[in-house]
Amino acid sequence: MAKTLTRSAASPSGFGVDAEAAKRLLSDMLLIRRFEEKAAEGYALGKIGGFLHLYIGEEAVAVGATSVLRPDDYAISAYREHGHCLAKGSDPKRVMAELYGRRDGLSKGKGGSMHLFDRSTNFLGGHAIVGAHLPIAVGVAFAIKYRGGDQVIVCYFGDGAVPEGEFHEAMNLAALWKLPVIFLCENNRYAMGTSVERALAQTEIWKFGQTYGIPAEKVDGMDVLAVRDAVGRAVARTREQKIPALIEVDTYRYRGHSMRDPAGAVYRTKEEVEREKLRDPIVLFRDKIITAGLLSEGDIRAVEKDMNDRIDEAVTFADASPEPPGEWLFTDIYKEA
Amino acid sequence: MAVMTYREALNMALREEMRRDPGVFVIGEEVGLYEGAYKVTQGLLKEFGPQRIVDTPIAESGFTGVGIGAAMAGLRPVVEMMTFNFALLALDQIVNSAAKMYYMSGGQFNVPIVIRGPGGPAAQLAAQHSQSMETYFYHVPGLKVVRPTTPMDAKGLLKSAIRDDNPVIFIESETLYNVKGEVPEDPDFLIPLGKAIVRREGTDVTVIAYMGMMYRAMEAAEELEKEGISVELVDPRTLRPMDTETIIKSVRKTHRVVVVEAGAGFAGMGSEIAASVTEQAFDDLDAPVERVTGANAPMPYARNLEKLKTPSKDWIVAAVRRVCNANGS
Repeated sequence: MAKTLTRSAASPSGFGVDAEAAKRLLSDMLLIRRFEEKAAEGYALGKIGGFLHLYIGEEAVAVGATSVLRPDDYAISAYREHGHCLAKGSDPKRVMAELYGRRDGLSKGKGGSMHLFDRSTNFLGGHAIVGAHLPIAVGVAFAIKYRGGDQVIVCYFGDGAVPEGEFHEAMNLAALWKLPVIFLCENNRYAMGTSVERALAQTEIWKFGQTYGIPAEKVDGMDVLAVRDAVGRAVARTREQKIPALIEVDTYRYRGHSMRDPAGAVYRTKEEVEREKLRDPIVLFRDKIITAGLLSEGDIRAVEKDMNDRIDEAVTFADASPEPPGEWLFTDIYKEA
Repeated sequence: MAVMTYREALNMALREEMRRDPGVFVIGEEVGLYEGAYKVTQGLLKEFGPQRIVDTPIAESGFTGVGIGAAMAGLRPVVEMMTFNFALLALDQIVNSAAKMYYMSGGQFNVPIVIRGPGGPAAQLAAQHSQSMETYFYHVPGLKVVRPTTPMDAKGLLKSAIRDDNPVIFIESETLYNVKGEVPEDPDFLIPLGKAIVRREGTDVTVIAYMGMMYRAMEAAEELEKEGISVELVDPRTLRPMDTETIIKSVRKTHRVVVVEAGAGFAGMGSEIAASVTEQAFDDLDAPVERVTGANAPMPYARNLEKLKTPSKDWIVAAVRRVCNANGS
């Protein structure tokens, strides 16, 4: 049922994706990386306020997972969700406008960085109370099964949600009722400043799957193909058998918990961060593509430029979008019949 | 019209709405096989099956979250809290998820969910099982809060709550489940949320009360009638949104107000209504607004102490006399 850490390099089937798919994976990761860098700039310039949690370093998770989903499948996340939202297909212009608190944002500027929602892509948020969206994901899976549909929902959460009661309630209910939800734990080793070792009696998070009788495995989250492979197998099984899955991805965030913790230096060492940068998912994948001869360095430079241009456009769009009008304070509180 | 209990009226509302809309389902502890801890869901498992009458383990936050997710995906869950005391375990889901989803998604995801079950003072159930819970919810923008006093209201308001596109907190009462009254059998009978009702016309004083307190206020009104004091009884029925229009209209007629609530008075419904009346009808008042509230203490177990905690008919009579005497009548 459970496996130990899987890496795509160990796969006997070779690279596993063609040039077009590889280009898509790379461009999606680059898009998120660039988006986050520009978001950090926007925060420094005072264009973005509140809490801002960057996804830099974790791009392979959202991109690898989303690459095996259908457009009508659902995704739901916590507050470090820009990457999940963009990977699911949201327009970066509207995501950036949301961070800027402008009227053209996905949530009309009412949600901000932590509350991105996009009905057009079945992206269900953007939830900033740790653990709370796990039962909600189970409820979406309940509705899928209730209607006899064959979609799945991928529920992203951090290692910080695992000690919460709702993680265990959600796992139990999903397993008990055999619901099509894939719990995808992004273990970046720190819940804010608390390491997994200081938070969990069982630090091998995938093993909680065994407790609830859920197929579970751990995967290298810096390897986009490994994530794609593991989530792809889970999605196929979940879609067919209507049973949940737990996947723990071993990942790392290069930035602090939020922009208010820019260095992240108190609870981890610079050496550790530098060491982890050696497994930067974008650098690794780029090297792999070139070595495999799927894309040339020139091709990749063109992709980079393309993504940079798209994010520049997003920033320009966000900056030009007006603030939400005052009367919007009182709209969208109750839905009228 | 048929005469039935409050419990049967709720059961009828659930049954009718489930027949009407295949997206309506009931989820909670002991709602199916056990037929409800208070038998509100009696017979529903037999008619609708386990897919739509969903028994859960004891995991209030978990199954409330399941309801919210199902509602976001287009279903209409009715979540039963075995008692509303247990809803505190799901307070984060209710307040941070259900109430705010529509707003923080910029109008993309509404949450059509009803969370229902008994609450308020019961008989010797002590501090954790006998308390008025509505205060925890009616403060929150995005929630609607209903407290139905009669069997007819129980049916008509529950049906409206299920059809509403927003999260509705629907708090019943253990002490009212066996109360009988006339209930329309028409499956299209609805009582709109946010509309108060004048239960008794009067000219000297407006008494505002709901649930068990309304029944005590009715007894008080009978007694006061004999003394020549004419009491108008207003039942808000929905606490959020509050029908202040009906309340103010009554105040303009009687010029005196007593608000009765079972819960502790501090920052309670009485405070809110007193503030609204003062803001909107100060010049119409002939006496200060009087509050009759539960004592500011947890609910004790001992029968004699319990009596001291919750407003009685006599407390209401005394308060009415005070506001009337204040005008020298």
